[in-house]
Amino acid sequence: MSIAQDDFDYLRTLVRQRSAIVLETGKEYLVESRLAPLAREVGVEGISGLVMLLRTDPRGQISNKVVDAMTTNETSFFRDLNPFDALRLKVIPDLIAARGKDRMLNLWCGAASSGQEPYTIAMTLREHFPQLNEWRIRFLATDISKEMLRRSRAGIYSQLEVNRGLPAKYLVKYFEQKGAEWQVRKDLRDMIEFSELNLAQPLPPMPKLDIVFLRNVLIYFDLATKRDILARVRGALHPEGYLFLGGSETTLNVDDQFRREACEKTFVYRPIRK
Amino acid sequence: MRALVVDDSKTMRMILKQILESLNYEVIEAEQGLEALEKLQGVELPELALVDWNMPVMKGIDLVRALRNDEHYAGMRIMMVTTETEMEQVRTALVEGADEYVMKPFTREMILEKLEILGLNPS
Repeated sequence: MSIAQDDFDYLRTLVRQRSAIVLETGKEYLVESRLAPLAREVGVEGISGLVMLLRTDPRGQISNKVVDAMTTNETSFFRDLNPFDALRLKVIPDLIAARGKDRMLNLWCGAASSGQEPYTIAMTLREHFPQLNEWRIRFLATDISKEMLRRSRAGIYSQLEVNRGLPAKYLVKYFEQKGAEWQVRKDLRDMIEFSELNLAQPLPPMPKLDIVFLRNVLIYFDLATKRDILARVRGALHPEGYLFLGGSETTLNVDDQFRREACEKTFVYRPIRK
Repeated sequence: MRALVVDDSKTMRMILKQILESLNYEVIEAEQGLEALEKLQGVELPELALVDWNMPVMKGIDLVRALRNDEHYAGMRIMMVTTETEMEQVRTALVEGADEYVMKPFTREMILEKLEILGLNPS
């Protein structure tokens, strides 16, 4: 099955208007693989049927679902491992030393998807830094998709999802079995505040952030939007804060007010001191 | 690198063997725990053992216990790969000395991620 050019253009305009995410030519396969299940779910004939439905009701429920399906990232617990090693071995110990007086840390996951990344960070904090239990930790996790936020808040994962990247000792310690599924324990869920946020829009007021995770999401935006997002993140970061990007992402040649620092087996990005 | 694969299903052994061989592991196969212990005699110690739970003669969990009660195998990392999916079983396996646990069905990617956790993914 191939997707008609008209339908692809309609969908990429819709997704761009609603999320600023750019679906370039060549991403037709992505549209097909993400939207074919949705077409089946609503009972229309393929992508063309879905677009027909959207044209008659462009702001309806279906359009939300299309944007959701197109903006959701594949994710897993401890995805890529290295950023979490850097967090455990360097970033958190340094922040504990630097913020010992205030005993306060602010974290933000800007593309939380189905929640595995913020829960991975929460488990890392609990497992290795029990002293932080006495600190004031504000941990915000955001995503553009209401459906992903609902899933993240519930913290319920399938067997296939907990099989991916999650050390068994963490499964036993931080999850409860619910029939065939696994739910993150309530005390861990309560550490994180999940809310809706479109990265292409101005950020809501936030305390100065010590740690920002914004991984594997900039790749979806065009250069101008990337610049805007990074400038806003820089404004929200503490001058000594840390930004984590995805393995294929960088601030180099996008925002020259960040410096890149090697940190364990990965890189972190930090605002250049004025 | 060497790995021991213990499963009574020939197909399962073949799948795991293919994954491990693609990572340049040399694989020793056994159909159940006792055979595994026998095959370990006189060979260079594998770094890794992938062990099913339900097998005739000697079950996987008894093999884990036997390996962990023998100082000689202390350096071997053990990963259960099983259809047993109860929390209590995962806990038991860890208490008995397994280092990781994969619930069947699994993908190649899942095995690689678990090996990465154990520091045993050479790729």
